[in-house]
Amino acid sequence: MQNLSNSSFWGYKRENGRVGVRNHVLILPVDDLSNAAAQAVENNVKGTLAIPHPYGRLQFGADLELHFRTLIGAGSNPNVAAVVVICIEDTWAKKVADGIRASGKPVAHFGIEQHGDHDTVMRASKAAREYLQWASELRREERPLKDLWVSTKCGESDTTSGCGANPTVGNAFDKLYPHGVTLVFGETTEITGGENIVADRCATPAVREAWMRVFDRYQEVINRHKTNDLSESQPTKGNIAGGLTTIEEKALGNIQKIGKKCTVIGVLDKAETPTRPGLWFMDSSSAAAEMVTLCAAAGYVVHFFPTGQGNVIGNPILPVIKLTANPRTARTMSEHIDYDCSGLLQRQKNLDQTGNELIDVMLRTCNGRLTCAEALGHREFVLTRLYESA
Amino acid sequence: MIHFVVHEEGDGVGVVVVEGVKSGQPLSGWIMEDDKDVAVTAKNDIPIGHKIALKDYQPGDTVIKYGVDIGKVVKPIAKGEHLHVHNLKTKRW
Repeated sequence: MQNLSNSSFWGYKRENGRVGVRNHVLILPVDDLSNAAAQAVENNVKGTLAIPHPYGRLQFGADLELHFRTLIGAGSNPNVAAVVVICIEDTWAKKVADGIRASGKPVAHFGIEQHGDHDTVMRASKAAREYLQWASELRREERPLKDLWVSTKCGESDTTSGCGANPTVGNAFDKLYPHGVTLVFGETTEITGGENIVADRCATPAVREAWMRVFDRYQEVINRHKTNDLSESQPTKGNIAGGLTTIEEKALGNIQKIGKKCTVIGVLDKAETPTRPGLWFMDSSSAAAEMVTLCAAAGYVVHFFPTGQGNVIGNPILPVIKLTANPRTARTMSEHIDYDCSGLLQRQKNLDQTGNELIDVMLRTCNGRLTCAEALGHREFVLTRLYESA
Repeated sequence: MIHFVVHEEGDGVGVVVVEGVKSGQPLSGWIMEDDKDVAVTAKNDIPIGHKIALKDYQPGDTVIKYGVDIGKVVKPIAKGEHLHVHNLKTKRW
């Protein structure tokens, strides 16, 4: 067993006390119309990061609230040093900027209407350059493990995920939990068949009730809209190609990620920020980029992503560490795999070893080592929608 | 060489973890939770990651993996055969 009690990492301590492992200056479009300006600013000021996305117009109610919560959460994430917000309308630019300002970090906002792209891009580029040069002088400091927030979600799983990569994450979670790390898993529909196992891991009857409520609600969504047994959607065609047959089998492999000891201390809504250390469940889609984006918006700073067949996902804000236990995937897609734990399935290594090695990869990543997804430019920022626009 | 792994004793399926398993090939398996050995002969070519039946099944039977129900058998399956979407379906949705 690795002794983690003296473990630390080098991170950026932010104004609100949270600690990040990246130092991005984010150019954040509030809506689809502002993507062009945001990307122009990113092009003007080298080293900034625009996160274009297709939504933000005529949303309403809970769907609009989730949109704002996700954008404000992404901007507030401690992996972000400063933010330039751009929106077609000035008032919503200010609304998102004010939400991010509550974290204490520098934020500037710009509305395009009555200015046009040229003037907006010029003014936003000046702010972005100042932020970038300011952020470039911030220094990492040594921080205790408890300052880490770690999320997990698997993708393009196959049967090797359930017997190798996911239990490796579970072993790492079991080891991080006692050190006060803030953890999360999600993928509500992908626990179908294992819901009672998760229920039995809930810390209190109230948490158990909250879990069953979100689980049952999502089952109703599936039942209302389904046209078949969801085969090729959940499990996906890739899952089936990899040997997974039913949702139950996929789910039982999925929940290996929460280890054998961690208890679930609470249930989060999508993109909701947890309030204390421990393992949380986030009600979320099982689609990789959506779920990882919600984790980034909730404030998580590093992510474990086990894959079987080779999902290539990344995220602009959250370093995504990919691991696989499938020796073929490790061989054919090596540029995407940060940690190969296929030795586990040949009894060359045990779970205790692979869990320790994954934690080691995580600490190196937190200290600044780029993940495969970062090196390859995978920046999938995908907003979850709840229903149609008005 | 471990050709297939089984999560725990009592599971009715194993997972092939090497490439190129052929029909007629004797396979060595490892029961992970219990750290035990198990053997079976493949009756089909089975791709890496796909399941092999460790017992005979009839339609309507339940397949157990991780010690838990993973679905219902819809066509007869013999020990050593490939077990997948053509003979196993979800009980949900």
